[in-house]
Amino acid sequence: MKNKKSQSDMSSFKVLSRLLRFTKPYTFYLVFTLISSVVSACATLYAPVLIGQAVDYIIDINNVDFDKILPIIIQLIIVVLTGAAFQWFMGYCTNILTQRTVRDLRVTAFNKLEKVPLKYIDTTPHGDIISRVVTDIDTISDGLLQGFQQLFTGVVTIVGTLCFMISINVSIALVVILITPVSLFVASTIARLCSKKFKEQAQLRGKVTALAEEYIGNQKVVKAFCYEDKTEQEFENLNSELYTVGVKAQFYSALTNPSTRFVNGLVYAGVGIFGAMNAIGGGISVGQLSCFLSYANQYTKPFNEISGVITELQSAFASARRIFAMIDSEDEVSDAGNKVLTDVKGNVRLDDVSFSYLPDRPLIQHLSLDVKQGQQIAIVGPTGCGKTTIINLLMRFYDTVEGSISVDGNNIKDVTRDSLRLNYGMVLQETWIFKGTVKENIAYGKPDATDEEIINAAKAAHCHSFIKRLKNGYDTVISDNSGISQGQKQLLCIARVMLTMPPMLILDEATSSIDTRTELKIQKAFAAMTKGKTSFIVAHRLSTIKGADSILVMDKGKIVEIGNHEELLAKGGFYAELYNSQFKKT
Amino acid sequence: MFKLVRFLKKYKIQVILGPVFKLTEAVFELIVPLVMAQIIDVGIANGDSKYVWKMGAVLVILGVCGLCFALICQYMASKASQGFGTELRRELFHHINKLSHKELDELGTPSLITRLTSDINQLQVAVAMLIRLVVRAPFLVIGATIMSFTIDIKLSLIFVIVIPLVALVLWLVTTKTIPFYKTIQKKLDKTSLITRENLVGARAVRAFSKQEHEQRRFAENADDIEKTAVRAGKISALLSPINAVILNLAIVAIIWFGGFSVNAGELTQGEVIALVNYMNQILLALVVVANLVVIFTKSAASAARVNEVFDTKPSVTDNPENVVNTDKSAPAVEFKNVYFSYHDNGEYALEDISFAVQPGETICIIGGTGSGKSTLINLIPRFYDATSGSISVKGVDVKEYPFKLLRKMIGVVPQKAVLFSGTLRDNMKWGGENITDEDINQALKVAQADDFAEKLPDGLDSMILQGGKNLSGGQKQRLTIARAIALNPEILILDDSASALDFATDSRLRTAIKENCKDMTVFIISQRANTVKNADKIVVLSDGKIEGVGTHRELLKSCEEYCEICLSQFSSEELEKEINDDEE
Repeated sequence: MKNKKSQSDMSSFKVLSRLLRFTKPYTFYLVFTLISSVVSACATLYAPVLIGQAVDYIIDINNVDFDKILPIIIQLIIVVLTGAAFQWFMGYCTNILTQRTVRDLRVTAFNKLEKVPLKYIDTTPHGDIISRVVTDIDTISDGLLQGFQQLFTGVVTIVGTLCFMISINVSIALVVILITPVSLFVASTIARLCSKKFKEQAQLRGKVTALAEEYIGNQKVVKAFCYEDKTEQEFENLNSELYTVGVKAQFYSALTNPSTRFVNGLVYAGVGIFGAMNAIGGGISVGQLSCFLSYANQYTKPFNEISGVITELQSAFASARRIFAMIDSEDEVSDAGNKVLTDVKGNVRLDDVSFSYLPDRPLIQHLSLDVKQGQQIAIVGPTGCGKTTIINLLMRFYDTVEGSISVDGNNIKDVTRDSLRLNYGMVLQETWIFKGTVKENIAYGKPDATDEEIINAAKAAHCHSFIKRLKNGYDTVISDNSGISQGQKQLLCIARVMLTMPPMLILDEATSSIDTRTELKIQKAFAAMTKGKTSFIVAHRLSTIKGADSILVMDKGKIVEIGNHEELLAKGGFYAELYNSQFKKT
Repeated sequence: MFKLVRFLKKYKIQVILGPVFKLTEAVFELIVPLVMAQIIDVGIANGDSKYVWKMGAVLVILGVCGLCFALICQYMASKASQGFGTELRRELFHHINKLSHKELDELGTPSLITRLTSDINQLQVAVAMLIRLVVRAPFLVIGATIMSFTIDIKLSLIFVIVIPLVALVLWLVTTKTIPFYKTIQKKLDKTSLITRENLVGARAVRAFSKQEHEQRRFAENADDIEKTAVRAGKISALLSPINAVILNLAIVAIIWFGGFSVNAGELTQGEVIALVNYMNQILLALVVVANLVVIFTKSAASAARVNEVFDTKPSVTDNPENVVNTDKSAPAVEFKNVYFSYHDNGEYALEDISFAVQPGETICIIGGTGSGKSTLINLIPRFYDATSGSISVKGVDVKEYPFKLLRKMIGVVPQKAVLFSGTLRDNMKWGGENITDEDINQALKVAQADDFAEKLPDGLDSMILQGGKNLSGGQKQRLTIARAIALNPEILILDDSASALDFATDSRLRTAIKENCKDMTVFIISQRANTVKNADKIVVLSDGKIEGVGTHRELLKSCEEYCEICLSQFSSEELEKEINDDEE
């Protein structure tokens, strides 16, 4: 939490320097951007000088010196062409620079999601995370592009014009320099005003996305309850809040342009008056004055642009802060250098394990369990008793608060997570199908599987027949909300595990949405598969776990009974009650 | 893009006045070079310093007025563009709410969300630019041209040649880049899709240790976006340099031909400078136009995507005004020769379904995975419309009902237990604002959720995280059941919604529903023969067709499929015993 707070307070300078660090691999392009912006800015500056010189040879009737004008014009054309070429090159480089930086940023942010503890994912609204990865990064992209393009040319132009002006006439140049700070002051004041509003705006956008994600993602429930009006009202509340903040943010940022342009106008007027006075006194030529006037324009233009960029950057910074906050959230405890778990036999031991999601609400307390290789352990108990939590701990999705879990004598905290998890085959009640073909979905854990292996796994999971009936068979593209039923999704998830054949198995209500006849067949397949393998099974249909070596009966985070089916029935306790309730008449 | 103009209706004043003020400012800007020409031609030529000061003051006044007008315009642009975005977001959200399941399945949530957020943001920017700059830039260009005519008709021909050239370049660059931006938006959809999949499936990804694979998948897509953006940028970057070359060559022409004119005494030096200045002004205006073009091409792509949603019409349409006369003596729900297909390829998910359910009955639907159970009940609240045949509730075809009336009569507990972020009470009140705490407690009790709900730290005010992540699967299911019961519906549909409950709870739940909701017609989809067997009527589905309808006892004798299902769950002795029990 502390970390989060300091992130949102991160100064603009820090944000900028961090963003710039992301451009490091592309220093090459950065350098080229700089060089080409210098060249193109110089060309843009030099053109008015040439134009001024040419105009000076156009004096009056019969007083135009074409011989002198011609070479100037040729020079002018060369300068303009060179400038244009470099301008394009600069555009090209900044574009690459920005797009690659943004890509890296996006990938870094996403990669972070694969490294954070599950707790982060479980407790942060998904819509907000999506908004960061999509919208916020887009905003940064716009900001950076503008920044790179205009900041460099802007600064180069300002410095260049000053030099040119001083070289022509010092006193007029002084007028220009004196007015400059005004425009800078104006721009920075406005930028400060904006940054707060932009932050609010980005936050609100995140909220809007989160809300949309929740309601659009669950439209079916919304429809079932005729809740459309209510969701719209809620959406509208956020929406109008966003409007109020948005108008302010946009107006404040839009102040910069007219304000700096006004300062420009003053500079222009100043140059005009002083220049004209000087010309009257014979200090400069009319051509020089015309040239000066275009400088006055040239000189102030970048201020305009820079100030515009500064507000754009404020918006980008607000988004960057949100991205960095995400990137900086704590990783899972590193397992680098940990042992790789190999040749797993499947002796699993829980030693005085305690765990709770919230410190003030203990869930699992002092749980000890010794599972021998090849045993099948069933976990039963009323809902909410902590069955799924045990699985979270076995897989190290969450770490135990106290006590330890070991596999073949290795504390699971001392081995790499990947090697631990790969030794378990896990099927959960909540199915997960990603957008891709059926084949890709089944081969998720083993991408190099042959078609034959995939089909065999599908057959074992009894989904071959329905897959064959799909439009394109195994090549049908499916996604989480496409036409296949919940039960079929579960079958696919089972096929996934059937294909990888890991040494240990976790089935958490793995067949809850599957009809019982298919389930029976799958049970058989599981039985064949788990032979000699340690397996953990959570199930409500007690008939499916009758054959387990050991049944843990849990209640309120503790094991209340342990034994096999017959023993427990004979005992006439909690389990017997649960079992008999199946046959109770209602 | 023009289709979306209607969302600006409320901001007509801002949309018209904004550019007007901007134009006024632009007029002033055009006058500035004229005043300057006067200073040079009159002030300097006559050595009249008083005149110079006077004209200088005019310049400052022009600046101040310009500032005021610009600020007004900016304010109007902010209001109109943000307002536009707000209205558009509201309407789009509203429209999405109206779409039926079929269209939602097709468009997909992640894509809808990017359209609602990122695409609309893009359009918002475009509107602001439209008001601020679109009028100004062409005006400056045309204005500068007209001014050039007042100075010298011959030389102004240069302006006339330059402008179409510039327009051509703009047109070329725009048409070349629009397809790229469309692709980029589409790829952004994919970004959001992958992110979403990885959030939802975090456990599966980690269980298979596929983090690196997912990272690669995401990186590939990000790479794609980068490449497309760079390609688009390469073309966009041409715009300014080409225009700069055209305009500078025009300046060269002005100097050269202007030189002849001055030599011939048709033009003064000051006038040549003014012409050059005008050309410069066009150049500056075009820099702005170049930015605009990029913004507009991007937003044209976004507009197309937003319009695609608006153009998607719900396949299931509401008759909000219809008055229906229900028949109390008619069956609560009746299916008559119902066929249904998800796709229009003639492959039926349901075929020739006919059965009737009397009020107060409990009806169970049982069948294999993918046999069409959920599809069948989805037709009752009209989540989908039957392809042919009819479904009536209380003697009236469901298509006659206003959605609200129909759906308020039906309490649905979906297979996937979904809860929303908010308090427990908020979630329970989904059925209607008039649901009291008492109703909620009663519903929780029936749904067997009272014991753990009471234990929640803040009771009904306890916060539930998005998706109910702080609850177990069984707790979520019980709460979704309670949510439906709190609505006190005439028809309750439980779509395999007790799958995460243990048998004892499940059986208590059914008893409680029976006792407390006597008049309720209850549909239960279940895999558990035990749940099913006490129902008044059982429908056995197989591959979208009805295999049998009847009571447990009847079906045991007549329906082979049903027997198999029961056999898979009870031992044959248990089953035998039951048949005997029944016969006693």
